[in-house]
Amino acid sequence: METVKKNVAQKTTITESENFVVRFSGDSGDGMQLTGMQFTDTAALLGNDLSTFPDYPSEIRAPIGTIAGVSGFQVNFGSKEIFTPGDKYDVLVAMNAAALKVDLPRLNKGGAIIANLAGFDKKNLGLAQYPDGVNPLEDGSLDNYIVHKVDVTKLTKNCLADSGLGSKDIDRSKNMFVLGLLFWMFDKSPDSTIKFIEEKFAKKPDIAQANVKTLKAGWDFGDNSEIFTTQYRVNAAKLPKGNYRNITGNHATAIGLIAAADKSGLPLFLGSYPITPATDILHELSKYKANGVKTFQAEDEIAGVCSAIGASYTGSLAITTTSGPGMALKTEAVGLATILEIPLVIVNVQRGGPSTGLPTKTEQADLLMAMHGRHGEAPVPVIAASSPSDCFNAAYEACRIAVEHMTPVILLTDGYIANGSEPWRYPTEDQLQPITVSFLDKPNGAEGVLLPYKRNEKLVRPWIKPGTKGLEHRIGGLEKQNETGNVSYDPLNHEKMVQLRAAKVAKIADYIPLAKADSGNEKAKLLVLGWGSTYGAIKTAVLEAIAEGYDVAHVHLRNINPFPKNLGEVLNNYDKIIIPEMNNGQLLQLIRAKYLVPAIGLSKVQGLPFTTTELKAKIVELLK
Amino acid sequence: MSEILEPKLASKDFASNQEVKWCPGCGDYSILKQVQTVFPDLGIPKEKFVFISGIGCSSRFTYYMDTYGMHSIHGRAAAIASGVKAANPDLSVWVVSGDGDALSIGGNHFIHAMRKNFNLNYLVFNNQIYSLTKGQYSPTSEKGKVTKTSPYGSIEEPFNPSELALGAKASFVARSLDRDPKHMQAMLKRAHEFKGTSFVEVYQNCPVFNDEAFFAFSDKETKKEEAIFLEHGKPLIFGYNDEKGIMLDGITPKIVNIKESNISPNDLWIHDEKNKTKANMIARFFDTLFEGVHFPRPFGVIYADERAVYDEGMADQISTINSKKGKMPLNKILSGDKTWSIN
Repeated sequence: METVKKNVAQKTTITESENFVVRFSGDSGDGMQLTGMQFTDTAALLGNDLSTFPDYPSEIRAPIGTIAGVSGFQVNFGSKEIFTPGDKYDVLVAMNAAALKVDLPRLNKGGAIIANLAGFDKKNLGLAQYPDGVNPLEDGSLDNYIVHKVDVTKLTKNCLADSGLGSKDIDRSKNMFVLGLLFWMFDKSPDSTIKFIEEKFAKKPDIAQANVKTLKAGWDFGDNSEIFTTQYRVNAAKLPKGNYRNITGNHATAIGLIAAADKSGLPLFLGSYPITPATDILHELSKYKANGVKTFQAEDEIAGVCSAIGASYTGSLAITTTSGPGMALKTEAVGLATILEIPLVIVNVQRGGPSTGLPTKTEQADLLMAMHGRHGEAPVPVIAASSPSDCFNAAYEACRIAVEHMTPVILLTDGYIANGSEPWRYPTEDQLQPITVSFLDKPNGAEGVLLPYKRNEKLVRPWIKPGTKGLEHRIGGLEKQNETGNVSYDPLNHEKMVQLRAAKVAKIADYIPLAKADSGNEKAKLLVLGWGSTYGAIKTAVLEAIAEGYDVAHVHLRNINPFPKNLGEVLNNYDKIIIPEMNNGQLLQLIRAKYLVPAIGLSKVQGLPFTTTELKAKIVELLK
Repeated sequence: MSEILEPKLASKDFASNQEVKWCPGCGDYSILKQVQTVFPDLGIPKEKFVFISGIGCSSRFTYYMDTYGMHSIHGRAAAIASGVKAANPDLSVWVVSGDGDALSIGGNHFIHAMRKNFNLNYLVFNNQIYSLTKGQYSPTSEKGKVTKTSPYGSIEEPFNPSELALGAKASFVARSLDRDPKHMQAMLKRAHEFKGTSFVEVYQNCPVFNDEAFFAFSDKETKKEEAIFLEHGKPLIFGYNDEKGIMLDGITPKIVNIKESNISPNDLWIHDEKNKTKANMIARFFDTLFEGVHFPRPFGVIYADERAVYDEGMADQISTINSKKGKMPLNKILSGDKTWSIN
């Protein structure tokens, strides 16, 4: 696929490729996340399809130079459709020895390393636990790679010698040098980043100037120094026509919630307590005061969900956002919302567990908790987002189901897609499905009697706002008499209410899309059934396998409770079913229990997403 | 069009059709009656009242009021009420809770409700016992209390709810008791009128599991000695014949006999609801001895000083930013700033 041509004027060769994977790796304080995001934004604006994977430690600043402090940002960008951040990378930027040590194993043989020399001094080598006297840049151990040793620290210092900045500020600019160099390597304009720097440091023009100068110095270094003889070019991707932006999953979730509030005409309320990796949704929504969005940073996770229940009771579109441990704390309140039958969206950005687990790493291990994690019979609709941009659709859908079916809804995303980004062909507001909401304003029973739990054809009770004259009534967590909502301990009534609440949730299946193959045929030897963030890796692996002649298909679930009505029939169209999950087989249990099919699982519980290679190997093995 | 005048509401208009199921003789009956007596006079349409309660005997209150209401989960009433009030500041929100609900399982929400200062009313029915679970010590039970979970006496120090509330930056702290209907009615009105989180602790008798816990403050024999009723701008006077006064000697309160020592009431400690330092001291007329002297238990408004309320602050910030920036159109939010097109 690669075409190589000599660029005589610039004395460099330009290598074209369909895609490249770059990994920025350095100390937590080296600004690798920002560098990666800027590189990504530029690639996106120039029309590449892409997928990113920020991979950082839970410590904000682990001791400088240590393995624990390594923070990475991976981006896969291409001229073809990209669904994953890539299993391995072509270029590794290693700001210090620890970064090289952590990330070298996933660098393709023959790949390029850009090593910051100052990060490989005696001290840094020691901190990275290389044996005394061993320097990987010197000992020939990297002979299978193209190593570019660049003294970034010193070059940055030289560049800013006259800037008047202190040595700390100068040192902080070194990521801009690297970014400039990478822009040159990949033949990309630094203009978007220059604009970003100028806006970010509008009030500190000296810092802005220093960063821009360093960025340009990095570019010039690539252009002028003779170490770099190759430039790489990835042309714009041929994506479907439309308008695009780059977006992370958390950002897309926030916008999905805003859009749902706008389209339903409801005020938006978010009750939340900061927790990694969900906090960015709270950050983002807090910016929309001008649109009347109310964000309430509650005193704890429980108050987060409870305040949302209070807001929902008054007629707001109410949301709470959290991650694993916070989800555990919210369960009692979700049970309350279930028996009250009021709308509520609980966003769980899953992370590695149990307990504090792996706060900054991804996992899909809260599915069974979402399904069953309440005491009593308390069914709750569960929806899962499949990619960063799909968080928008999933959040929007969660809101629609919550308000149209008067129920709490759990939306599952995870750290991988929450922090990862991809280009998104964003919709305009008129393309969004309407969300229908009505509030009861007069008694709904015979002879002017109010029946707060009388149901419509969807088995849904009316939403009644406090402040509505003549409809004063009480709701609560005690079992309620059918229709009147009055407290009732009658055994048969309780059973009836349990069945009604379950039937109401089951009936949502009439209002969601049917399951169908995302890739592959409607009948095949093997079905890869996925849910949530494994979408990109499964899709890539299945497409590759199909291209090689394997009879395999991919179905991906958005709605997990209830399942699409036709899922049982769909499953019967395949000889074998494999369910890859970043857990010990949770969807597997649900599918086997409900459909009595001999599906098999493929588990990965490492805090890391599946690689395409892993999935494809399994597909091939099963079809042998 | 002429305005249609609503007929004035009566007490019974606030009684729901549900049978009240507290034990005979429970202090909660009196509190319910005083609330239903006071509400018609507050000048608020019935549909604007919302009761939010947690779990416990006290929290069944919600079912008996013909207003809007939610009987929620244990300890969380204040957290739910925060959301109600933040989302709709126009409602008159009343949290009803007990000593276990508010101060044990709901302790975190209690302190933050005081600090955040939503404009709502927070009634805590304190009976110093867990009653719905049939008699275990609560966070307000006295040390040494013998209950089913402390058969050899409780080894815990109790909370002093007023002191706790003031420590948590409460802007309104009052105490009343079930056996003094007039006083309770006055406190409920004050709580309603006050803008901010109005915390009213109501001593409530549990005839089954902790009978007569507060009789010293209501019984004719002892009331005058053991209780002191605070009024803003009035001297601190108590005693069988109103002969005792409280003065400040430096920073130490002391009890003087007005008649014997010829001290004019004007020279006594004059209650100032807005004085937080003095309110802190009055709140400690509880289990603190000052130079070995035991002080009478204060009732009435211990502290009331309005400050910014959360729900208004939230609404103001939204309207300020909205008038400055204007509502961002949804299409603009969907597209963001950096976009590209593929044709």
